[in-house]
Amino acid sequence: MALSNSLNSTMTTHRAPIVIGFLTMVRKETVRIFRIWSQTLLPPVVTTTLYFAIFGTFIGSQIAKIDGFSYILFIVPGLVMMAVITSSYSNVVSTFFGAKMQRYLEELLVSPLPNWVVIFGFVSGGVIRSLLVAVLVLLVALFFTHLVIFNLAIIFAAAFLTSILFSLAGLVNGIYAKSFDAINIVPTFVLTPLTYLGGVFYSVDRLPPFFRELSLLNPILYMVNAFRYGFLGISDVSLRTSFIVMVVLICVLLALALWLFQKGNGLKS
Amino acid sequence: MQDTHEPKNKGKTSSNMAHSGTVSAEPALKIEGLRKVYASRDGKEGKGHEALKGVSLTVHAGEFFALLGPNGAGKSTLIGILSGLVVKTGGTAEVCGVDMDAHPEKAKSFIGLVPQEFNLNWFETSLQIVVNQAGYYGISTKDVLPRAEQLLKDLGLWEKRNDQSRTLSGGMKRRLMIARALIHEPKVLLLDEPTAGVDVELRREMWEFLRELNASGTTIILTTHYLEEAEQLCREVAIINHGEIIKKGTVKSLLTNINFVTLLLDTTAPVSTAEMTLLRDYPLTKVDDTTLELKLAPGQTVNDSIRKLSAVGVQIANIRNTGSRLEEVFINLIEKK
Ligand SMILES: Nc1ncnc2c1ncn2[C@@H]1O[C@H](COP(=O)(O)OP(=O)(O)O)[C@@H](O)[C@H]1O
Ligand SMILES: [Mg+2]
Repeated sequence: MALSNSLNSTMTTHRAPIVIGFLTMVRKETVRIFRIWSQTLLPPVVTTTLYFAIFGTFIGSQIAKIDGFSYILFIVPGLVMMAVITSSYSNVVSTFFGAKMQRYLEELLVSPLPNWVVIFGFVSGGVIRSLLVAVLVLLVALFFTHLVIFNLAIIFAAAFLTSILFSLAGLVNGIYAKSFDAINIVPTFVLTPLTYLGGVFYSVDRLPPFFRELSLLNPILYMVNAFRYGFLGISDVSLRTSFIVMVVLICVLLALALWLFQKGNGLKS
Repeated sequence: MQDTHEPKNKGKTSSNMAHSGTVSAEPALKIEGLRKVYASRDGKEGKGHEALKGVSLTVHAGEFFALLGPNGAGKSTLIGILSGLVVKTGGTAEVCGVDMDAHPEKAKSFIGLVPQEFNLNWFETSLQIVVNQAGYYGISTKDVLPRAEQLLKDLGLWEKRNDQSRTLSGGMKRRLMIARALIHEPKVLLLDEPTAGVDVELRREMWEFLRELNASGTTIILTTHYLEEAEQLCREVAIINHGEIIKKGTVKSLLTNINFVTLLLDTTAPVSTAEMTLLRDYPLTKVDDTTLELKLAPGQTVNDSIRKLSAVGVQIANIRNTGSRLEEVFINLIEKK
């Protein structure tokens, strides 16, 4: 264990850690996603394939067209969005909770990386994974139907913002979580019901007024509809409102995450 | 308690052969009135535990400094505050002249931390771990690879570079944490109980590594409850107990302040009561039939007592030190409280 002289030659490349630090986190997250691809990429593909087969082909053939589109075309955007939401949320909640439990979160906390960079580093994992999943699920959809694309920019913007939003939500859950159980409560009891009720399988315009009004309180409805608008050019709510809802929620969750990091709640003693 | 900062001429005043680093007058670390009150574990306000009760300390650049204290003294809490893992309740800390509150990011970039508890990602390989850490300090992979290779080689981990950290032994994990802490060339290395659970041979190798690192200019602050470690490695020591620094200074000054030196003498034959009576003016006590304890006050010499023992016919087979001399200072200080 001798110390080499060359070790103390001063390194000339101490740049601001922000860009390299963020890219390091992105690389780390990406390596993880591919290392355990059977847990990160495969499950949503399998689940949505089943949805396409059952709801799209077997049942969907017996359902009337919605706004002139076949039922399977109507549900594809919603099912992709569902995969995006689950993938981004569960990616960040589990990487963050893992970092906390194995204590290597300390690697980041002792480093000079500003909190917001660390937050976006974790978020990057959720975004990358859910966008990969979205592409895979769309490829699978091609086996069941053709795809209509109305506006690619809206498709991308809606998926991107939704994945950021649910990555941040997963991060906040990870910060508060003290046990493995605590990271499953929100996905099971909040995310899944809200997604099912968020207009993935039906148009809320067809609901009785009371349930329609109630559905409008569900933020996931806006994301699903914005995404569907990108494909089909139809939406139950205004596109503008949808994007405002997403941006506002992102700002709120980001502020909450920054505040928790600043205070060190659940991160530091 | 006043600081003992006599002028330092390149460590030559040191009594300790181990210390060879160059010590300058600029403080690498300056903390004042540092306090930490932990919220009680049940989360109730008010009756928290005060782990640090206003600690002030200066460590000069180039120093090899030991923070010595029993379990629960507050060592890890202090290291935690300096490295940004523990939120302090009060006081100030400066690293290389940079205030931790005013410029946390800059202050952190000067520090490398080897924590007490393992905090490695189980599934990342040794090389990934050090390279990623460099990234968090703004050093790109391309720039860091040669240094990463050198560090892993120096710490005997190069063969394990592609092994996941969970497969490494405790000693290897500890060394990997040292490599990770040094990857960005910190000015100050904080080591929290670095040799706990490391076997004797490896401990000596690690000491050698740290000595060379210090000699090449890195300020090292380590916590330990092994006195031998502090005595072997460090020139300056602060003794901490119950969240307070109860003594600080050079190892040498602590040793000259020592009240007693205790030696154990093994005799060739049992010592009789008659012989003990003859020896009553000497600082000798009988431990058992063939063991005497010699407690020397400052100014008394071993020779006098041995001469008298020979005169009364007691033969000494062996003289044993009761342990580290620093240990006596330590026990003395803690018991006084
Ligand atoms: N997270 C914590 N919450 C509450 N008390 C703590 C926490 N960490 C440490 N303590 C208490 O603070 C005191 C100092 O702990 P520590 O700094 O770990 O001591 P050392 O490292 O010297 O053994 C101990 O009494 C310990 O029980
Ligand atoms: Mg400790």
